[in-house]
Amino acid sequence: MEKTNKLAILLNGIIKENPVLVLVLGTCPTLAVTTQTVNAFGMGAAATAVLLFSNVAISLLRKIIPDKVRIPCYIVLIAAAVTIVQMVLNAFVYSVYEALGLFLPLIVVNCIILGRAEMFANKNTVVDSALDAIGMGIGFTLTLFVMASIREILGAGSWMGYAIPVLCDNNIGIMTMAPGGFAVFGILIAVVNKFFTNKPKKSEFGCENCPTASVCAKIACAGCSEKKEVVAE
Amino acid sequence: MKEIIAIILTAALVNNYVLSQFLGICPFLGVSKKLDQATGMSIAVIFVMLLATAVTWPIQYYVLNPKGLGYMQTIVFILVIAALVQLVEIILKKYIPGLHKSLGVYLPLITTNCAVLGVCISNITAEYNFVQAMFNSFGSGLGFFLAMVLFSGVRGRMENNNCPACFKGLPITLIAAAILSCSFFGFAGVVDNIFG
Repeated sequence: MEKTNKLAILLNGIIKENPVLVLVLGTCPTLAVTTQTVNAFGMGAAATAVLLFSNVAISLLRKIIPDKVRIPCYIVLIAAAVTIVQMVLNAFVYSVYEALGLFLPLIVVNCIILGRAEMFANKNTVVDSALDAIGMGIGFTLTLFVMASIREILGAGSWMGYAIPVLCDNNIGIMTMAPGGFAVFGILIAVVNKFFTNKPKKSEFGCENCPTASVCAKIACAGCSEKKEVVAE
Repeated sequence: MKEIIAIILTAALVNNYVLSQFLGICPFLGVSKKLDQATGMSIAVIFVMLLATAVTWPIQYYVLNPKGLGYMQTIVFILVIAALVQLVEIILKKYIPGLHKSLGVYLPLITTNCAVLGVCISNITAEYNFVQAMFNSFGSGLGFFLAMVLFSGVRGRMENNNCPACFKGLPITLIAAAILSCSFFGFAGVVDNIFG
């Protein structure tokens, strides 16, 4: 029983609560770095490392951090992790560091990481939090990888940097540009809605999953606060 | 003067933060349902972007660089922005309650908005001087405003239309965003041709 629970936590992030396609968190890097599979992989790995570090640290400190100042504390921890990852990438994998550019420091404000800290790590044990981080990280990386594959194959006619014979002469350039990102992301979510979730999502945008939902509920999503209570019950 | 106009136009139209650089997608999708909310949010974003640039630029050049602490950029910037937003909210609440009522609710949301941190960092990486950095932030904010307002109009019309059940909600919104971002392609090269 214990073992299946642990496995469930790990698998949760990959399928049932896929951070990008189901929880709709971290949309900015998802759209921006999926022009090439290599970049997507780098981004996924970097975010997973940060997530693992922050989840473990927050879970260890969850009884020490006062509830009122928890968000700033989380942000400091996450920013420290991001800085470490940035330095490691800069030193060892410079090409990825260059390609990710601005989006590497922006992992700090990636909602997935703050969201998992708020939703999972501050309530669960260290081992569970680490598993959750790994699961979520794999889910994030896989989604990025799938999206980047679609965009790279159609848009550049290559995959993982290798040219694909027919497609590379007939590439659809727009797929690697901004509109392609939005469209592929939209279609992927629609496919997931169709085949993997039992009922179509009621909420327009996953407010209940956003770390700032409590504030957001006051303004944007009028129905969100009610929904949140329902979830809590 | 020419240079400043070029910076503003580039930031607002050619490199639109939302539609071509993918920064600040969360508020773009989350708060663009109604025009008044979209406007309020974008004005708050412009305000915070300007303020954050005015504070982070001097910190980078007068504190971090001379001390050789460039690698602390990420931590320092996010903390400064978070603290700043809180401070502004408290000040507004105390002294200008009217403004706080219309703008204040959006402020905490902006702390974790990647467009704000993004503009601060890209001002440094682009090696702008202080005036250029301020105008770049203003232009970026303006681009955000434009995208939000345009998109809230699109969404207003989209709400009432029928689409396949699995596309309802976010997917169809993203497809609409794709079409909107196509239109911004029209601006590519405009600035170069005018000022080149």
